[in-house]
Formats: sequence, C-alpha cells, structure tokens
Amino acid sequence: MTEKPNTYSALSEVGAIRENRTIFANIKISLLKSPLTARFGMVVILIYAVVAIFAPLIAPYGEAEVFPIPYAPWSSEFIFGTDQIGRDIFSRMVYGARNTVGIAVATTLLAFLIGGSLGLAAAINRSYLDLVFSRTVDVLMAIPQLIFALVLLSIFGSTVINLIMIIAILDSTRVFRLTRAVSLNVVVMDYVEAARLRGEGLGWVMRKEILPNILPPLIAEFGLRFCFVFLSIAALSFLGVGIQPPTADWGSMVRENASLIQFAKYDLKAGITPLLPAAAIALLTVAVNFVVDWFLHKTSGIRDE
Amino acid sequence: MHSIVKTILERLGLGVLTLFAVSIIIFSAIEMLPGDFGEAILGQRATPETVAAFRRQLGLDQHPFVRYIQWVLGAIQGDLGTSFSGRNASGVDRSREVVGLIAPRLWNTMFLASMTAIIAVPISLALGITTALFRNSVFDRSVNTATLTTISFPEFFVAYILILLMASLYPVFPSLANVDADTLIGERVYRTALPALTLTLVIVAHMMRMTRAAIINLLASPYIQMARLSGASQLEIIIKHALPNAWAPIATVIAFNLAYLVVGVVVVEVVFVYPGIGQLMVDAVRTRDIPVVQGCALIFAVTYILLNLIADIIGIITNPRLLHPK
Repeated sequence: MTEKPNTYSALSEVGAIRENRTIFANIKISLLKSPLTARFGMVVILIYAVVAIFAPLIAPYGEAEVFPIPYAPWSSEFIFGTDQIGRDIFSRMVYGARNTVGIAVATTLLAFLIGGSLGLAAAINRSYLDLVFSRTVDVLMAIPQLIFALVLLSIFGSTVINLIMIIAILDSTRVFRLTRAVSLNVVVMDYVEAARLRGEGLGWVMRKEILPNILPPLIAEFGLRFCFVFLSIAALSFLGVGIQPPTADWGSMVRENASLIQFAKYDLKAGITPLLPAAAIALLTVAVNFVVDWFLHKTSGIRDE
Repeated sequence: MHSIVKTILERLGLGVLTLFAVSIIIFSAIEMLPGDFGEAILGQRATPETVAAFRRQLGLDQHPFVRYIQWVLGAIQGDLGTSFSGRNASGVDRSREVVGLIAPRLWNTMFLASMTAIIAVPISLALGITTALFRNSVFDRSVNTATLTTISFPEFFVAYILILLMASLYPVFPSLANVDADTLIGERVYRTALPALTLTLVIVAHMMRMTRAAIINLLASPYIQMARLSGASQLEIIIKHALPNAWAPIATVIAFNLAYLVVGVVVVEVVFVYPGIGQLMVDAVRTRDIPVVQGCALIFAVTYILLNLIADIIGIITNPRLLHPK
C-alpha cells in the first residue's frame, strides 16, 4: 500500500496507476481468507480428484480381479480385506472413486447443459417456448425423482448411459427453474436489449450477455446438484438398479458386503467394512456442501451477522 | 365468491390437472417398451401364437387412447392389471393381480411412514422453534452442524450405522424388520424401530432446518418488531403474533417432508428387508415387471401430489390476510 495523501486530489486519483490483480492473485487472496470448513472441503475434494485420476496407479489390484479367499480379513495383503467373491475391497474403493464420482460429474454437467440452455432460452423468449417448458417442468417435478427414475430404468434397462441420461434429464428440471428465475432479472437490463437491437442472435446474447451475470448462483447450484445427483446414483446402485457389476461402485459395494455387519461383535474391522464405501460417499457430500456454503456466502455479499 | 374458496378451487383444479398429466406419463411406460418385449417376458421358446395372445391380453391391439381410459377407470376401481411374472412360453398363466401384491405391503409402508411421522414431527418442530428463538447460541450451532451432516449422508449410511450400533454391537433392536399380517402391534413397533429411527434422523434434519428458517424469517418482519417495541412479552409475541402467520409455513414444511418420506421409504425398506411397497417396486424394476412398477409409481405419485396439495390448502386457509378480504 502506498501512503495516502491527506488531501484529496482528483488528478492524483486519475493519475495513480491502479494495480490490476491477476485472476490467480485474486484466487490466492480469497483462499487465504477462507474458513476452516471450506479448506477442509477443498482438501477432501482434491484428494478424491487425485485418487479418481490416478486410480490404476494407486490401486494394488484390478477392480475385477478375483482372489481365491472370499471375505478375507484386513491384512497387509488386502488392506480392507476381500468381498463376497474375493475381490480386493481397497482396490475397488479406489476404482469406485473414478466410476461413481465420474458418472455423477458427467450427469451433473449434462443436467446443466440441458437445464441451463433451456432455462436461458425460456427467459429470453417469453412466449410459447417459456410456457411449454415451464408447464412440462411443473409436471415432471410433481413426481418424486427417485420414483420417476425407477420407472424409467425399468423401461430402458440399467446401463450406465441410460442412468446418466435419465438422472440428467430429471435433474435438469431444477436447473431450468433456477436458471430461468435468475436470468429473468438480467434479461430486462438495457445492455441485453442493446445487444438484441444491434442484431445479435439468441445464442450470442445467452453466452456473452446473460451467462456471465448469472454465473455465481449457477456455480453454487452446481455443487448442490452434484451432491444430489451423487446421492441419487449411489441410492440407485445400492438398490441394484444403477451401476451394474463388475464395475466397482460405492453404492453397490455397500449392498454386496452388508451381511458383514452382523459379525461386528466378533471382528469390528469386518463389521465396518461395508460402511467404508458409504462413508466415502458421505465425506465427499459433506466436503462439497462446505465449499458451496462458503462460496454462496462470499458471492452473495452477506457479511457475518 | 369468497376469495378463499376461489383460491382453494383453483388449487384443486391444478392438482387434478397434475394428476392427469402424471397418470399419462406412468401409463406411457408400457408404450415405450421395445417391440419384442413379449418374447423377452415369455422366454425364447414362446410361439408367435402365445406372444400374440399375451399382447391381446394386454390390449396392445387396441388404440392407446382406449387403453388409457380403461387403465384409469380400472385404477380408480382398484384394478391395476396383472403382473408380468409367472407367465411362460407355453402360455400357462400363473401371474398375480398387481393389487393383490400391493395391498398388504401398502399397509406396512403406511405403518412405517406414520410411525416415523409421529416421532419426527414433534421433535423437529420443537427443535426448529427453539433454535430459531435462541439463534446463534451454542445449542443452535451444535444442532445446525449435526443436521447439516445428517443431510449429507446417504440414507443407507445412516441405516447401516444404526444397525452396526444398535443391532450388531449392542443388540437392542432386530436388524431385519420382517413383519407379516399376524404380527401383533407391540411386536410390530419393536421390529420397525430401526427403520423408523433411520427415517426420523433423515427427515428431522430437513424439517427442523426448514421450520427454523420459516420462524426466523417471520421474526424479522416489521410487525413483530412493532409488537416488541410496544412492550409485548416474548411469549405473547410468539403465541399471539407470530404463530398465526407461522401455521402456513409449518404446515408446508410438514407436508413437504412427509412427501419426502414417500421416497425415503424405498431405500430404507430395502436395507431392513421390510415388506413394504418400496421394496416391491425395486424388485419389480429389477425384473422389469412393468405393471407392478406402474402400480407402485402411481401410488407414490398420488400420495406425493396429495400431500403437497394439502399443504397448499392449509397454507391458504390459515393465511389471516385471506380471511378478511378488502
């Protein structure tokens, strides 16, 4: 900080060189000011990302590699033991990070692509387009999402592609509502009208004029939607209608090893084995929630009470 | 016409429209099946004649519009068609009525849901109101952190932690909630204790946070401040001024969470092998038994829509502003 003069001079204010911070400097400053919970969340997310990307290097065995001893106890050879047909649970957890989280991210991205673009289009074009989309979304949201997903999965069958498409389309209804609501306030701004008057197309106005102004709530929503999608996919896999074996996935791993819980009295380690994948799901959801909480707090401009 | 009656009628009309749209979506599930599903269900040895007979029995030779009318009329009279399972290639039909499968399980699910509601609603209302009153106290903060954590947990995680603690390590309750029609009420409550507790933990978190937010929102409004400035006591403010306006948001919160319960039972029933309608639906999805899936989905969707409708109507009726039209 340079020393401030005691008297105000317009000339010196205009003449002073404003230091422009780079994006990285800005990010660094806000990271330094972040609360403990948000830092914890970011570290957890980072670890998950590293594990997911380098899964084959971290896992000691392959995700579908079968060993002769089913339900082996915890040992140096099998860190968390083996499952009901003798696959290494630790390796499957590592690959599960890649499969479960990867599928959830892909689904959330698709949901935002569909819901976001339709929501923007409906907000700009307030005619029949808006009416048709909004009423359709109302009806889709009148059925509980899990039930709707179950119906659609029974029709189309449980493949990964179907799972991603079904959850993404069902979830895009929420994204549509939010995008439409926040962009309605932006669409009426003069600069949007100016852009339309100078002949810019719908796509250009959506991308260049409106999107930058509605980004913060959408990013926060992305985190929350990710949690929701992640939990839905985990629940469906747990129910046996989501990600199918032999693909390693946390939801179905809980289900496959659930019977081990009754042995907790004799061997506590075996008893908590089925809880490990479930805890992995819970930890990531908590971490994302912490980060989103901080981000919302920061961008909404609310100061501490 | 009185404005309340008009608003309620409008809301009811909208509800009927939604039900209509939802029934069309669920009905079209059978339309969207691939063309060769007859062979898939009856097996590869099925002769063209048996497949044709099966399709005729489902009414697939009729116009979809006619079938929709028949389906809806049947559903209203309690006939949801017959299950796909139990049919085979030789044309022998041992399939069961969907209603016969659903009815006993529906009662079990209702029992579990109402038991949860009886425990969860008073707890969450009490917690929500007290945390709103003692905002930012240690009590408020610890309750908030605890609920934020349980919200982030998948239902089956909560369920298995409870099984580990209360059924496996310290056997207080049974881990399998196997009940049948002959189970006595006391035994039934004992066996469904863990599923009910799981659901309670999950929905108390949501319900309590929503109640707290609604009350805080209300306490910040100018008329409450006015009452406070005019010297009303804390109790008076809450009972005389805040509560009349709080019924609507609280009713919405309760109904919304009971609707949420409808979805929550599916996972919890599977964890505890509880013979309810959620488990039936999941099994039917796995075997792609569409009529059973349709029947269960219809019941879930109708309950969900009705609960939301009731919440809206309570909100309208208890709104003091609508009682005195200008």
